[in-house]
This record gives sequence, C-alpha cells and structure tokens, in this order.
Amino acid sequence: MPEIQMREALNQAMCEEMQRDPDVFLIGEEVAEYDGAYKVSQGMLAKFGPMRVVDAPISECGFAGLGVGAAMVGMRPIIEFMTFSFSLVAFDQVVNNAPKVRHMSGGQLKVPIVFRGISGPGQQLGATHSWTVDALYTHVPGLKVVCPTTAYDAKGLLKTAIRDDDPVIFLENESMYGLRGEVPDEEYLLPFGKADIKREGTDCTVVAWGHGCLTALAAAEKLHKEHGIEVEVVDPRTLRPLDMPAIMASVQKTGYCVTVEEGYPQCGVGSEIAAQLQENCFDYLDNSVIRVASLDVPMPYSKPLLQHVVPGVDRVADAIKKAIYFQG
Amino acid sequence: MPWAMATPTRTRGFFEALFFHVGTGFRGFSCGGLILALNGKGVSVTTLVEPQQKIDPSPSQMMDWYRQMVLIRAFEMRCAQSYQQQKIGGFCHLYVGQEAVAVGSIAAVRPSDYVITAYRDHGHAIARGMDIYPLFAELYGKKTGCSHGKGGSMHFFDAEKNFFGGHAIVGAHIPLATGLGWAAKYRKEDRVVLCYFGDGAINQGSFHEALNLAGLFKLPIIFMVENNGYGMGTHLHRASAVTDLKLRTGDAYGIPGKDVDGMDCVAMYRMMVAAAEYCRKGNGSIFLDVKTYRYRGHSMSDPQKYRTKEEVAQYQEHDPIGRLEKQLKDAHVLDDKKATQISDEIHAQVEAAHEKADTDAYPDTADVWSDIYANPYGDYKL
Repeated sequence: MPEIQMREALNQAMCEEMQRDPDVFLIGEEVAEYDGAYKVSQGMLAKFGPMRVVDAPISECGFAGLGVGAAMVGMRPIIEFMTFSFSLVAFDQVVNNAPKVRHMSGGQLKVPIVFRGISGPGQQLGATHSWTVDALYTHVPGLKVVCPTTAYDAKGLLKTAIRDDDPVIFLENESMYGLRGEVPDEEYLLPFGKADIKREGTDCTVVAWGHGCLTALAAAEKLHKEHGIEVEVVDPRTLRPLDMPAIMASVQKTGYCVTVEEGYPQCGVGSEIAAQLQENCFDYLDNSVIRVASLDVPMPYSKPLLQHVVPGVDRVADAIKKAIYFQG
Repeated sequence: MPWAMATPTRTRGFFEALFFHVGTGFRGFSCGGLILALNGKGVSVTTLVEPQQKIDPSPSQMMDWYRQMVLIRAFEMRCAQSYQQQKIGGFCHLYVGQEAVAVGSIAAVRPSDYVITAYRDHGHAIARGMDIYPLFAELYGKKTGCSHGKGGSMHFFDAEKNFFGGHAIVGAHIPLATGLGWAAKYRKEDRVVLCYFGDGAINQGSFHEALNLAGLFKLPIIFMVENNGYGMGTHLHRASAVTDLKLRTGDAYGIPGKDVDGMDCVAMYRMMVAAAEYCRKGNGSIFLDVKTYRYRGHSMSDPQKYRTKEEVAQYQEHDPIGRLEKQLKDAHVLDDKKATQISDEIHAQVEAAHEKADTDAYPDTADVWSDIYANPYGDYKL
C-alpha cells in the first residue's frame, strides 16, 4: 500500500467524493486560490473550479450558515474552518441550526454537511486559538463527531462523513497533517460508531483518539519496553456515536481503564466514558477510571507551560501505572 | 422628491441604482418607485420597473389575498385565545397587522421559490399554503403537528411547499437564506429566495455576514425586513444608528434597497413581482424595507409599555385587511354581505381546525428519539 500524508488522504477523500457527487462543494477561508491554509485543499480549485471550491470571506457565521441552508435543500457542503477555534464565531450555526433543523421540522429536512478543520492546542498560539472542541460538540444531540488518528482513518471517515445525511464535525490536527500512513489505492469507507483497536494488550485499556491516541500509543510502547506492561489502545474514531461496546469489551478483558484527551477534564469526553463504564461495567473494573486531559487552565503561550498543560507521554504512562497499581 | 443613491463599484457586476421616491402619505412611509440599475458605463442592464405602472392584479387574485389575510387574522386571534387557555406553550408571536406582507409577497412568487422566516412565522406558513389544522396541532404540541410537536409556534416547516421555517434565534436564519440562494445558483435553477426578518435582526452580525455573502456571490435573494418599528420593546430609533434601513445594504453590500408599504397588500405584491424579476435575471439580491406594524405585543407576554394605545389605534386606521376590503368594494367585487359571509366561513374553518387539533393525541414519549438523525447508525455502502 502507498504511504501518504494525512493531508493528502483528506484531499483524496474530498476529491473522490466531489467527483462522485456534483452536490458536494468545499467552502472556507483560503481554500481555493491560496490552496488551503494547511494545504489540505491543494490543487482542488484547479480540478473543480470556483463554484465548487469556494473562497469565503472571514465570516464563519455567514459561510457556516450558507452551508446549512444549502444542505437543507440537498447539497453536501464541506465547511472548512481554518481552525475550530474560529468555529466558535459560528457556534450558533453549528449547534443550533445544523443539528436542530431536522428535529424542529419533524424530520422533514436533513442537513448533510461536514464541518472540518483543525482542533487542538497547536503550536503556541495562545488561549483563544488553542481550543480542543471534542467535548463541546460531542455534547450536542444531532451532531456526529469524528476524530481520525491515521491517514487511513482520515480518508475512510471523511468519505463517510461527506456521504452521511447528518451534520458531521470532523476534527483534524495541525501537527498530524504531515504524518504518513498506508492508504490503499482502492476505494473504501469506514463506518461511524466502530472503534479500532490501535494496539492490543491485556494489562490496561487506554481510550484515546486523534493526537491523544498518538501520545497513548507512545506511552504504551514505552511501558512495554521499560516494564513489559501490555496496554490496549482503543481508538473510538468517532466520539458521537461512541462505540461503548468496544470500550467495555476491552475493559472486561483488562480490568483497568485510562482515558486520554487534549481537551479539558471537566465534562470532557473522558468523563463521559468513565461515567458510562461505572454505570455499565462496574463489576469488571479493578480500579477507578483515570482521566488524562489538558490541565484545567487556558492554554498558555510559553512552550514549557504549554507542554506542561497538554498531556504528554510521561503523564499518560504514569496514569497507566497508577491505574494498574504498578509498583516498579 | 427624487434622490439618487449609487452603490459602490466592484470589480465584477458593478452597477448603480437610482431610486425615485414617491410618498404615499401613509404615516410618512414611502412606497412605490423606480429602480434603474446601470452598469459602469451608464447603460441600463436591468430595470426594476415602477410596479404600479405595469402590474394590475385581477379581482380574483385580490379576493384570494383578502381571504388569506382574514384567515391569518382569525387564526392569530384564535391563537391568542388558546394561549390564554394555556393550550399553547412557550413563546407565541402574533402576526396581526402584518398580514399584507406575507400574503402580498408570497403571492408574487412561484411555489418553487424558497421561503424562510423568523419566529413570527404563522402568517408566512398560511400564505405559503400550509393547512391550518397541522399548525394548530403543532401549537398544541400534538403528534399531528406539522413538526410532530417538536417545533412549536416558532418552528413551522413545510419542505414540500419550500417553506424552510420558522427560526427562533434572531437573525440566525439569514445565513441559511444565503445557502438556499447558493444552492439555486449552483444548480442553475430558476428560483429566488424570500427571506423575512424583523427590524431587530438587522443589528445581528449574522445579518451583515449574510448580506455581504449575498452581495459578493450575487445570490437571488429578496431580503425583507418586516419593519414594525420595534425589536421586542425597543424602538428602531433606539437600536439602529441609521434608521433608513436600505442605506445599510446598498452602499455597504451592493444590494439595492427599496421601501415598500407593508400595510398595502397590492403595493407589496407589485414590488415583489418586480423584485423577483430583478433577482431571476441574475442581478443578485434585493433588500426591501417593508414598513408594517404589529397590533399585538412582541409576544403574548408583552405588556406593551413602550407604546401608547393611541399609536396602535392610529396604525389600525390603515389596517391592511380594511384597506384591501375597501379596494375590493370600490371595484364592486365585494360587498358587506359577502365580506360577512367570508368572515363567517373562515372563522368556522378556524374553529373546526382548532377543535380537531385540540382533541388530537400528544406524541408518544418514545417519539423524543425520532427526527434527530437521518442516518442514526451509519449503514454505509459503496
């Protein structure tokens, strides 16, 4: 299988779906003539023209709403937020219009729209540009939330998102765009609500997605090498719907669970997973679920401070050791 | 007095619009007029004709509008009663006084055109041809409601009739209108979008973002501010730095604006025929500052301390239904006897629909789980 960057995988997904369905179009800031702020849409303007790859003014509320309106009559817009930190300017469109029009119309309308872009602490951008929006959007009934970890996942999940008849939040990560992964030449889709076991193990379950999953995998490798601890890393791939059966199956095997996310701990996705585990899987747990998340503070600019706030490999490894009562 | 306003020139599709202003004597509001849109060389590229000169609705059309307006008012008065009887929950914003706006404008466009409005949506739904029974059922939270009891007063929808709501967050639906317009333009469909909102909405960022997008992309949208003078209890003069609202679109966003007397159904119709034609020709959007008035409070819970009874009475003298009735009587197509007969018929129709809806069943509690996802679990096949 060829190895490609995650940004290429995303580009392929969009191009294939746009070739397949004339109702798909991409709109966002700098997606067309600039070739994308992070080059995810590179070459797409030349391929599809300015009606299908559309440069929007800096009006997130406006063009997110434009997408919702177009989706209401059956188009399949892909809205690129330069970062999901800017989606907060369009929050009402994303949480109030996109996921509620179907409901409030009694099921008369559907809103097949994808909001995609980067989420996460980024590269020292300060508090306002560093949102990890996983939990914010996972909170909202009517939305679906996707957070790919590999190039393979990114392509298969984005194609599914574009074909899905509901609004999808598709969370990418700036530092992962250049990561390479195997992606088959032949077409494939990945289902929502199906977790992927990124590493098999027997000693502790770690639930992690997106960039946090890479941190978890690094921690698992470190514990394997240093202590022979075998960690199972479960990547839910979609946070809504969330594949709790897969997470519970893993916990039933290992007896322990750690969650890893780059968002905040209070009312985070990890909090939800921990709550569901204690409600449905209590007897299988040999310790409380431990959440690893960013510290509960606005993202600082200074590099050492930022590295202190965002969970790193050591913090995850320590949490796993604590969870399984490891004394070494 | 004629006056001119030039829209800013842009690199693509620039034009100038000249407005000849004709006063009507109605409370100082203005209506009627002529727009000549010129390209940069001073050559006329399109004309929004002076409506009165060209368009003469037939008596049967006007009778149809009259019936619709009487129906909307009777519906709203029954809503007021039902609200007081606590059959209707939540917020309920009545359209009494503004009937000519929805009726006159929707009458001027095609069923294939898209309509989207804010939370004061009962009149538009009825003018768009929605049956009043599922509307009552919706208001009463019944399973038979147009949105299965999920939407309520502020969220009427009829996808088949191209009526896209009913939106309750002030100004939030205006960007959606740009999406409807975008879809029509993208698919090269001969459609225009009717987007209504109140004068309170024009100070929302969403309004300005949407207008800029519509002007930039030249989308076929008729933006109508139903300017009833008040955003809830705040008069326009206390909310808008510039109260001649078309000035906030033309120069700013390249969208020509017109005043129209929203208390006159015929004037509304004439203006809309011209506006729709303008949009269909690919000229972009139009903004109409529709001067209207609501007789009732902002919502049912409004004590209306911000205005006098005399002010309301003054506007009621120019009642849109009374005005159309007089026009029809002058044309000898309506007399007192016929008017009473129509009123009786419509009130009976309203009562019957209300009673039927009132006795309908509430949704099952299991229904809370439906109408959320079109594709709940994602069964995807290549």
